[in-house]
Amino acid sequence: MIKERFDAIVVGAGPSGNAAAYTMAKEGLKVLQLERGEYPGSKNVQGAILYANALEKIIPDFREDAPLERHIIEQRLWTMDDASHVGMHYRSEDFNEEKPNRYTIIRAQFDKWFSRKVREAGVTLLCETTVTQLLRDTNGKIIGVRTDRGGGTAFADVVILGEGVNGLVGQRSGLRPELNPDSVALAVKEMHFLPREVIESRFNLKGNEGVVIEAMGTITAGMTGTGFLYTNQESISVGIGCIVSDFADNGTSPYALLEALKNHPSIKPLLANSECKEYAAHLIPEGGYYSIPELYGDGWLVVGDAGQFVNAVHREGSNLAMTTGRIAGETVVWLKRRRDEMSKANLAEYKRRLDETFVMKDLRKYKKIPDFLHGNKQVFGLYPKLFTDAAQTWFRVDGTDKRTKENEIFKSFRKGRTLPGLIGDAFKLARAWR
Amino acid sequence: MHIVVCMKQVPDSAQIRVHPVTNTIMRQGVPTIINPYDLFALEEAMRLRDRFGGEVTVLTMGPPMAEDSLRKALTFGADRAVLLTDRFFAGSDTLATSYALAGALAKIGEEFGKPSIVFTGKQTIDGDTAQVGPGIAKRLRLNQLTYVARIAELDLAAEEITVERRAEGGVQVLSTRLPVLVTMLEGTNEMRRGTLEDAFRAARTQVVTWSAADAGITDLTKCGLRGSPTIVKKVFAPSARAEKAHQIPTADLSFEALAEAVMGEIFARQPAIEGDLMRFSSGQ
Ligand SMILES: Cc1cc2nc3c(=O)[nH]c(=O)nc-3n(C[C@H](O)[C@H](O)[C@H](O)COP(=O)(O)OP(=O)(O)OC[C@H]3O[C@@H](n4cnc5c(N)ncnc54)[C@H](O)[C@@H]3O)c2cc1C
Repeated sequence: MIKERFDAIVVGAGPSGNAAAYTMAKEGLKVLQLERGEYPGSKNVQGAILYANALEKIIPDFREDAPLERHIIEQRLWTMDDASHVGMHYRSEDFNEEKPNRYTIIRAQFDKWFSRKVREAGVTLLCETTVTQLLRDTNGKIIGVRTDRGGGTAFADVVILGEGVNGLVGQRSGLRPELNPDSVALAVKEMHFLPREVIESRFNLKGNEGVVIEAMGTITAGMTGTGFLYTNQESISVGIGCIVSDFADNGTSPYALLEALKNHPSIKPLLANSECKEYAAHLIPEGGYYSIPELYGDGWLVVGDAGQFVNAVHREGSNLAMTTGRIAGETVVWLKRRRDEMSKANLAEYKRRLDETFVMKDLRKYKKIPDFLHGNKQVFGLYPKLFTDAAQTWFRVDGTDKRTKENEIFKSFRKGRTLPGLIGDAFKLARAWR
Repeated sequence: MHIVVCMKQVPDSAQIRVHPVTNTIMRQGVPTIINPYDLFALEEAMRLRDRFGGEVTVLTMGPPMAEDSLRKALTFGADRAVLLTDRFFAGSDTLATSYALAGALAKIGEEFGKPSIVFTGKQTIDGDTAQVGPGIAKRLRLNQLTYVARIAELDLAAEEITVERRAEGGVQVLSTRLPVLVTMLEGTNEMRRGTLEDAFRAARTQVVTWSAADAGITDLTKCGLRGSPTIVKKVFAPSARAEKAHQIPTADLSFEALAEAVMGEIFARQPAIEGDLMRFSSGQ
């Protein structure tokens, strides 16, 4: 047992746990943070997009020393079939600003950096230490944790769970149900190394500019999911993810999907001659608003992926993790200042504050999207095919007059999905989006 | 009793690769670890401390980031950590390294009590020389016991230690007087998992950090590149060796006999294959 008593114990040193621990320690609270991995970031999928705003609210001058790869100046959204893609590209010089808005990062390095800031703020971090159980008093209030190290208990006024998507501690303690395979995606991803200059010429970049490609279509073999590709300084992250229950029904392996994506004629030349150094797989909670579990109780709060805080439509996760972590930390500091108990009634303030942020507002806005996508697989198989075929019909010059081509395209859509089907899909999507 | 364990942070050799074109070692992004042999020394030191009382200090010379491995050692249960770091030490070979470590050990003796035992691993995985331990012993006039497989006895009153040393063709049982330098063999024990309190203490402990001057090392001509007569002329990836292959003379063998001989060789080394093949050919 650690005899010292803490104001707060934080489980996990991902973006959410780090944000919470940092926020509390900065305000003078005594914080113990426990991380299962050998070092923060060691268990994290490599290569991701960092949304500056959420981090700025925690560490305003992070750009000075955080390990950032490239700032994103171009976004490509692709709809793919087996041989082609139709794309919407947005590139803007406005993104070459003094304080860029989005960056690519390598999580292992970024998490290490963030953790250093957390420790400098005064947090005591213990790595290779897994929390196995939450400890309760006779009234059921959570008062500490048990770990897998010998003699391993520690006590605090409040425990903040930032244990990630498959948070076993919270599940085992009955704070939230087990993950539902319908509402988590399994993503696999690889890092491909290439010289800087090659990446820059291939993607038409200079300096630290970067590109993101997000893709949907036949690449997911009819399953609900998306593929992605980000440029780092000297590597490219490429990956694909689909809903877990779809993988189970479909029988396709994630690795086979990724292989197919890498060999797609639109992707292959971007990766040519690269050396693949890392392969990783990870879950993403994608159930959205309706899958958010209980977020607080007597002596505990949940932050980040453990609370299902991911906006799957916009592929945002770490910013929601950092924001929920920060707000949990601020709530605890606020209660501490008022000398209030860390009771369920008082910690409800966390949820009230969250409701005022983009986190809850966005998740509420898109609450019907996960169901829509899950129930309307035509979005991932049929439509991409229709779009790419239409593009081909339109651009191929073969002596057919344009009106006939227009009719052909329209017919193909009607045949593929019937007129009521098409209109119905549009309505359903509009309603889910609203 | 005070025990000092000298250890080194090394690149994880399992993850080092040689550049296919330039044939140079690619060190970027390779994770670092505590030299695995040193862990056996550290565990042995802690076992002696647990039995006889006293303290274990870990000492390393290296760049500032070597602090990570010292912290790890504290998490395992060491009591104190000393980092010897100075740009004057950069480029040290084994001669210069043993000079610097011997200096730091002398200083540790003054500050924290004279060590009765200094441990090192049997060698490092990046240099593989096994020279640093004996070098330290020589400089500090310690008795030395190398390639130790087991500490059989330690008599503090009589200031005597008895160990088993693995040697070609058998085990030597050796006794000598303290203070002594011991280099530990691999596989002699298993590193413990520190308790939660160990981890907590490690996170709170300040690593003692010394420059050359702090450690009282004044003759800088014996340090770093200047003090290192060894020069690495070339680093290359060895090509596969032919001797590794077993050769079967073919001179007067018929094809059938040759096939028999090859199969025989394979089955002799991989008996499982024979069974599998038999089953396969009999259609089961
Ligand atoms: C392939 C992929 C790509 C992604 N891309 C992006 C992206 O581009 N942009 C973006 O914003 N988001 C992205 N995300 C989502 C983002 O990674 C997560 O939302 C974010 O990491 C959540 O942070 P967290 O702190 O809640 O959890 P995590 O980052 O998962 O951290 C949880 C930590 O808790 C530790 N832990 C777990 N259990 C215990 C225990 N019992 N005891 C001690 N420690 C424990 C873990 O080791 C881990 O370090 C992506 C996710 C995946 C899988």
